Amino acid sequence: MGRPIRFLLNGEVRELADVAPTDTVLNWLRYEARQTGTKEGCAEGDCGACTVALAELDDGHVRFRAVNACILFLPMLDGKALFTVEALARDGALHPVQQAMVDQHGSQCGFCTPGFVMSLYAHQRQGARADTATLKDALAGNLCRCTGYGPILAAGQAMGPDPDAADLPALAEALAAIRPDEPLEINHRGARFSAPRSLAELAAAIEARPDAVILAGGTDVGLWVTKQHRALPDIISLNEVAELNAIEDPGGAIRIGAGVRYVDAHGPLTALHPEFGALLRRLGGLQVRNLGAVCANIANGSPIGDMPPALIAAGATLVLRRGQATRTLPLEDYFLAYGKQDRARGEFVEAVIVPKPPAGQVFRLFKLSKRFDQDISAVCAAFAITVQDGAVITARIAFGGMAATPKRALATEAALMGQPWTETGVTLAAEALAEDFQPISDMRASAGYRLTAAQNLLIKTFLEADQPSAQRLLQVEALAPRSLAHG
Amino acid sequence: MADSGAATRGLPSVAAAIAHDSAERHVAGSAPYIDDIPEPPGLIHLHVGQGGRAHARVTRLDLTATRGASGVIAVLTAADIPGKNDISPFAGDDPMFADGEVRYQGQPLFAVAAETLPKARAAAALAMVEYEDLPALLTIAQARAADSVIEPAQVMALGDAPAAIAAAPQRLEGRIAIGGQEHFYLEGQVSLVIPGEDGDLHVWSSTQHPTETQHVIARTLGCRDNAVTVEVRRMGGGFGGKETQSVHYAAIAALAARKTGRPAKVRLDRDDDMAMTGKRHDFEIGWSVGFDDSGRLAGATFDLASRCGHSTDLSMAINDRAMFHADNAYSLGAARIVSHRLRTHTVSNTAFRGFGGPQGMMGIERAMDAIALSLGKDPLDVRKANLYGVAGETTPYGQVVTDSVALELMEELEEGCAYRARRAAIAEWNGANRILKRGLALTPVKFGISFTTKHLNQAGALVHVYTDGSIHLNHGGTEMGQGLNIKVAQVVADEFQVPLNSVKITSTRTDKVPNTSATAASSGSDLNGMAAQDAARRIKARLIDFAARAFSCDERDVAFTLAGVCAGGVEMTFRELVNRAYLDRVSLAATGFYRTPEIHYDRATHKGRPFYYFAYGAAASEVVIDTLTGESRILRVDILHDVGRSLNPAVDLGQIEGGFIQGAGWLTTEELVFDPAGRLATHSPSTYKIPTAGDRPDAFNIRIWPGGVNREPTIHRSKAVGEPPLMLAISVFSALTDAVASVGRHTVMPHLDAPATPERVLAAVEDVRRRSGSQ
Repeated sequence: MGRPIRFLLNGEVRELADVAPTDTVLNWLRYEARQTGTKEGCAEGDCGACTVALAELDDGHVRFRAVNACILFLPMLDGKALFTVEALARDGALHPVQQAMVDQHGSQCGFCTPGFVMSLYAHQRQGARADTATLKDALAGNLCRCTGYGPILAAGQAMGPDPDAADLPALAEALAAIRPDEPLEINHRGARFSAPRSLAELAAAIEARPDAVILAGGTDVGLWVTKQHRALPDIISLNEVAELNAIEDPGGAIRIGAGVRYVDAHGPLTALHPEFGALLRRLGGLQVRNLGAVCANIANGSPIGDMPPALIAAGATLVLRRGQATRTLPLEDYFLAYGKQDRARGEFVEAVIVPKPPAGQVFRLFKLSKRFDQDISAVCAAFAITVQDGAVITARIAFGGMAATPKRALATEAALMGQPWTETGVTLAAEALAEDFQPISDMRASAGYRLTAAQNLLIKTFLEADQPSAQRLLQVEALAPRSLAHG
Repeated sequence: MADSGAATRGLPSVAAAIAHDSAERHVAGSAPYIDDIPEPPGLIHLHVGQGGRAHARVTRLDLTATRGASGVIAVLTAADIPGKNDISPFAGDDPMFADGEVRYQGQPLFAVAAETLPKARAAAALAMVEYEDLPALLTIAQARAADSVIEPAQVMALGDAPAAIAAAPQRLEGRIAIGGQEHFYLEGQVSLVIPGEDGDLHVWSSTQHPTETQHVIARTLGCRDNAVTVEVRRMGGGFGGKETQSVHYAAIAALAARKTGRPAKVRLDRDDDMAMTGKRHDFEIGWSVGFDDSGRLAGATFDLASRCGHSTDLSMAINDRAMFHADNAYSLGAARIVSHRLRTHTVSNTAFRGFGGPQGMMGIERAMDAIALSLGKDPLDVRKANLYGVAGETTPYGQVVTDSVALELMEELEEGCAYRARRAAIAEWNGANRILKRGLALTPVKFGISFTTKHLNQAGALVHVYTDGSIHLNHGGTEMGQGLNIKVAQVVADEFQVPLNSVKITSTRTDKVPNTSATAASSGSDLNGMAAQDAARRIKARLIDFAARAFSCDERDVAFTLAGVCAGGVEMTFRELVNRAYLDRVSLAATGFYRTPEIHYDRATHKGRPFYYFAYGAAASEVVIDTLTGESRILRVDILHDVGRSLNPAVDLGQIEGGFIQGAGWLTTEELVFDPAGRLATHSPSTYKIPTAGDRPDAFNIRIWPGGVNREPTIHRSKAVGEPPLMLAISVFSALTDAVASVGRHTVMPHLDAPATPERVLAAVEDVRRRSGSQ
């Protein structure tokens, strides 16, 4: 039922009729299209072995994103151009990205290699910088167990600019040419998938089908299928709604629509405060940030999402819509209990409004995890504290990973208010965190560590308030580096 | 030459930095792994049903609904196994399917064969299983208390260590717990079995051990070895995790193929793979040392306890290797090493790069740091003073160390990385910084090379020369990314002096080279390189004999060069020579064989010469910790490593860097967490964190030691490189210890267990603060 999905696979138009809405792009590539260069390493978007490049039109320009094919549903390809590792070599000659990987000895067992090649390819086609720091960011979502990464980073630096930049207008035309006239609507053996194109249609669909799963980037929902093996009989995608893919900046605050990806929110949020940028940089790998939506990280109510504590501390408000009606509420009030949010049937998150932290405010965000990149926080902390005449006059403090929901530390805030902004004052106030939170022990950290670290983070916020960021762990460099190789 | 071309591969020079033989296919996605092989018609897909208790009697296993589910073709249990229900390498204690009793969470209980994998999985979920719980031993402590072991404790001794320690001017003791490690090969366990005529089976398996796969399949099916052919072209990573553990799933696929007559595939999903397959052993080590005021050891004792899991697997040899490396590069004086091998109700732990060696070394390296702290010395000075060649030569197992280059490596590295200047700069920096603290450590590695089970030190190869001058190369080793195939091809090309692209690398098959050992113990190029060289030399000798006859010259006047072959002044291409030899009815195919000489070992007394030689390396790591959160970063690493005369520096550098980062992951971010019911809580990459690109320090200087040469006549005097570099990462752990110790002004030895997660580092910092009275 419904029209076929239509997309470009390595430059050629493909139309697929009668696809199951939750079939993954990876399984289709490997077992239907018999393009087995793309590998499955984990089927949950955490290893990058299945990385492919997705191109779409963005304001008339072609935009490339590295994404994980393992948790990407086939209908999400509709109207887009998919590039796999098979597309890169031309006339028997390796693509410069591939050649650089060979020249730098970037493959050992080779299983992760196509994913790295595609991450580098997408990076190159986006015209992004190829310095080590940028490459480490671009490759944080790709795991390699053999090389230690040095040769792959060297390949990234050696790959040069996009050799096909001149073809971009043609690709833009091809993308425009395949854009379907009709919104996608699939009915497949009782499973339904709808991708309305206007906010009004989306709102009407969600109101009419309140049990439908609302799909944004699928970086969480995809795992319901690949890991929990759940059947999702009804899906409504908000990805084609242009109104929701916008960030509005009326001044003093930004409004992030429900479809806005982390990667697109990064710039505007960083402009609000660099702490947002530093935190977003560590949220998932780039493949996840390329698809995942800021609002979805809120909407699903996870107690360990990284965005909610930061946004709560900043005083963000949430816009919810049901049909024609909208309402707003302070973000912290959205999280009622574990798995329970203040969202009525038929209602959905339309946007989040994030105010700019005022100048002079101490605004710090922390993410504690076993690994720096692409890890889930054991503790996520956000501090927004204003000091006047040596005393605290406002304090908004929020934590993730400390309770069943993202939560403000109200007792600690109260303990700080009016107190001197001194190490003694802060250390005393930090004790109130034990009133605010009774965290659990799990595979990420013990309850004891969570509480101690949370208290220390408040003290750290004080101690580092006036320090340059170079004093922070991630900015520290080796002392007087001198290369052994050249020494 | 007739065979020029493919210049990208370079000329056939041993010691050239040549790309991996599959590199161009890796990057193009055209190097097929087993799941990429076009699925044969009628293929059935298997899902393995897992036991849901750590230790329990299975009181009911009702698979009626499973059998009746959509798409199900067969359901297999222990009762369906025609041969022996045992997939163990030798001990006979590891069933294919649990039969009446489950002994770890995730143990295979049955398998469902269906038309598709989702159908097999869905059907498996319909199984009705009931249990009667039995007491479960999950931890080292529990198993020790219950005296649950896979074999009696082993003792290795040199002199009277307790007396030597008691008589020493200074004494220290300590304990450390070291977590296990998941292999996280990117390609999970996978096997594809295709039935042939007369009950024969062709098995494609991602395995480091085709021969054992063959043996176990024959054993479980009750057929002869010659009915089973196992083939592997490449693995998407192994690291020891496919030495025995792969065999289990190949055998299940073979059983399904035998039962149904259809091709059968088992491919474990990541979570299943992590839950069901063994890992690096976790250890608890107690150590005590006696030493003089200069830090020189008089004696040392080690109490090693490891969690072996529910079955023996390779745990005996792994724990032996831990004992062999309890000294690392140091002469301990008198030594007593006691090793407890504990049987628990957890997954059977197995081989993992280093094979117990890394864990064994951790005890003595902790002791070195503790001695230095107690004497107020730089740990590097204590380490150097105790090296073999400086302090003594005899290992606790009686082998005399005659080839130690550890001191040369350490001193060259010390100078090259400006260790002393940085030590001073770090002390100054730490004095000026309250929250962040740096640490620095330079540690050596000495790793024994040879299988400690003597008979495994053999290898075979098969070389064919075709009449067009092209060469077909086959050997018993398997390619898991370590570059074995390219190294062996270089050896063969070098023998014939032909371009490397004349040598076709082919998949490892039990019907070409039989009775092989696992590709393990870093031995791949040592053993198979020699066997292939032997095969090539046999053919070459026949060619020389022929050429001398054909061109009426002395055999000494037949020369193979890159420009061609010259016989008595007559020049011809290799192809021409080969073609002439063929017409003269000269055999152009040969098998080659190698067995490592001179090694011997008496396991009853733990004495002998188990190792043909030792591989050495040294690493200096600088780290920084956050004393408020316990987070840490590796800032700079300098490595000087001895690979003998490198067969391929590009491959060797890759092994060094990759091994180091893998070792650093083991000791920092990679934490296996089991819940109280014995279930692995960290069963996917979302919760189990191997290093990413961002964890690699920007300042990372790796150098192959230019002075390296193997004193033994190994293949082109090279040294094994697969495992030793992993243990260079112990320098990271020592550097973290140094950083934590700085919180107490280096007055107390931190209690730090591995992996050094933020939580453990923070706990160590707070403990040091308390014990040292520092703020």
